[in-house]
Amino acid sequence: MTPALGMFLLFVLITLAITYWAARKSQSAAAFFTASRRITGWQNGVAVAGDYMSAASFLGIAGLIAFFGYDGFMFSVGWLVAYLTVLLVVAEPLRNAGKYTMADVLAYRLNPRPVRAMAALSTITVSTFYMIAQMVGAGALVTLLLGSSHVSYELAVIGVGVLMIIYVVFGGMLATTWVQIIKAILLMAGTILLSLLVLAHFGWSLANFFDAVTRVTYHEKGILVTRNFLEPGLRYTAANHGALDLISLGMALVFGTAGLPHVLVRFYTVPDAKTARVSVVWAMVLIGSFYIMTTFLGFGAATIVGRDKIAISGGNNMSAPLLAQALAGDIFFAFIAAIAFATILAVVAGLTISASTSFAHDFYTAVIHKGTERRPGEEVRVARITAFVVGAVAIGIAILLGKDANVAFLVALAFAVAASANLPVIVFSLFWKRFNTTGAVLGLVTGLVASLALIVVSPSIMKVDPPGIVGAARHLIQRPPIFPLENPGILSIPLGFLGAILGTFLSREPRAEARFAELSVRANTGLGAEKAALE
Amino acid sequence: MAADAPKIPEDPTPIVGAATDIAPLSHAGPKPPHERTADEEAGSIDWESLAACEQFRNLLKAKRRFIVPAMIFFVVYYFALPVLIGYARPFMEKRVFGPVNLAYLFALSQFFMAWTIAALYVRAAARFDRMAEDVVSRSDSSR
Repeated sequence: MTPALGMFLLFVLITLAITYWAARKSQSAAAFFTASRRITGWQNGVAVAGDYMSAASFLGIAGLIAFFGYDGFMFSVGWLVAYLTVLLVVAEPLRNAGKYTMADVLAYRLNPRPVRAMAALSTITVSTFYMIAQMVGAGALVTLLLGSSHVSYELAVIGVGVLMIIYVVFGGMLATTWVQIIKAILLMAGTILLSLLVLAHFGWSLANFFDAVTRVTYHEKGILVTRNFLEPGLRYTAANHGALDLISLGMALVFGTAGLPHVLVRFYTVPDAKTARVSVVWAMVLIGSFYIMTTFLGFGAATIVGRDKIAISGGNNMSAPLLAQALAGDIFFAFIAAIAFATILAVVAGLTISASTSFAHDFYTAVIHKGTERRPGEEVRVARITAFVVGAVAIGIAILLGKDANVAFLVALAFAVAASANLPVIVFSLFWKRFNTTGAVLGLVTGLVASLALIVVSPSIMKVDPPGIVGAARHLIQRPPIFPLENPGILSIPLGFLGAILGTFLSREPRAEARFAELSVRANTGLGAEKAALE
Repeated sequence: MAADAPKIPEDPTPIVGAATDIAPLSHAGPKPPHERTADEEAGSIDWESLAACEQFRNLLKAKRRFIVPAMIFFVVYYFALPVLIGYARPFMEKRVFGPVNLAYLFALSQFFMAWTIAALYVRAAARFDRMAEDVVSRSDSSR
């Protein structure tokens, strides 16, 4: 058994023990969906950060910086700034006026059945896309990380899937939260250690470090080149509409984070809106420090390991683990690899619980059974079954796609859908009195369809590959892209808002307008908000 | 047996004689305020008049006065980064501290901008909390 496998098994054992402890406390609906709303501010803040710092951030961004320098660092910035929208606009009103899901707030003054049905569809779409990207990533990673212990891609995907199903089905929100917390602490510890090692490597001198960053050498198409990695333009060039693509990505991040279902459900796990605010601030401190440290991870990998070596030992996603290996040997490599795996596991669990809560609460109970549980505990039972099904489907799709599938765009898609479909309707239902059911449904449909359609005709799916690229790595449609940008946000977000506005003016709904006063008082004062459950 | 189902005891309050201040022991009729459960309380709040009261309007105004400028500021500040990088690259590549250029410093400043706005908001929100408490206490006293 390799050290990486051993450390990973240790993490699994600890989290399974937590799940066993949480399972006995997760019987009622409030306990299962919201951990009885008794998570404290800092705990939830760490869990939000854990939910958010996925493998895409830890491995992906470190890799992007190692390969494209400054342009990779541009990614880091948007992820933190996005939390200002969460803090200023959605976290507190959502906690005050909702119960289990984002749709609770939308359905407050609108016609619940169509609105909840659409909101559930968009929630499940966002979560599933995000999850498939994580699962494929997990499988590919594990085969690389644990290469010497003969863990195949399929086995890795099944392992991740089964564990996440266990966490969610038995432990509910309480177990999911603690898995996130442990993982976030491990991830921060690993990142701080790596950053310190990078600094030590350069004699604790920032000047030496940045000097090295301005002179990174690697082979490009067989020629040895030296580039200043602090200068923009290595990835986003004028020729491929680089500036517009960066703006589009920025829009998807800044407006999408506040519409990500797995982030939003976290605010229902705290006792009140004030604690929700505290938890966003905690999350911002952690997320910000983490993304600043990607400077050391990414540039460190570029200077110490080098682009050439990373390219032949697993590709840019392996930058952070390879940096660890170069600086402190195999045991530290194993530690970072185990953290990466824990990261994926925790994020997938968070996604699963938000998808299954939305299905059980919004679709099964509210849409099919018109808002009443036929038997006590039915909602929780449905959510458990859904978690099982969602997990099984994600395992199946991830295995079908295979480890070489080009899935990075699925995360971009999740953010774009959240920004274009979810955010406009959340904002309008909270702040615009005239807003109505037609507007909500049209806004959700337009945002969802526009982001999906634009992704399909973007270079993520539509591109002519050079000969030699075969199998799952090939682009699905071998034609020049119709939409030139990788991220659809710049067009799909305005379309989502436009759909919601247009729909609203198509009809009038006196009941929705009459209940605006109530929603506004509730959202702003917390009067009548759901209380934390007693032990 | 169905016939032996427990009988609901009769209301023992005397129905003859002087009127008393004891509430009749039954489940009919509206409950006096002090007997209401939290759920029933929530249903009895007059949202319209709360939404119209001065304290609440002041709360909304105070929130808007902070949140709207803060949103505009951070959105402009954030999108200035990709716009400047896209369309003013030579300017952004100017070196400021040794090898460190303006592009990197501006990107780094975004983190501190976000933390500063968050800190300012937390301070302002303490004031919003007090104002919200005023509104809530008004809803208690109006019953």
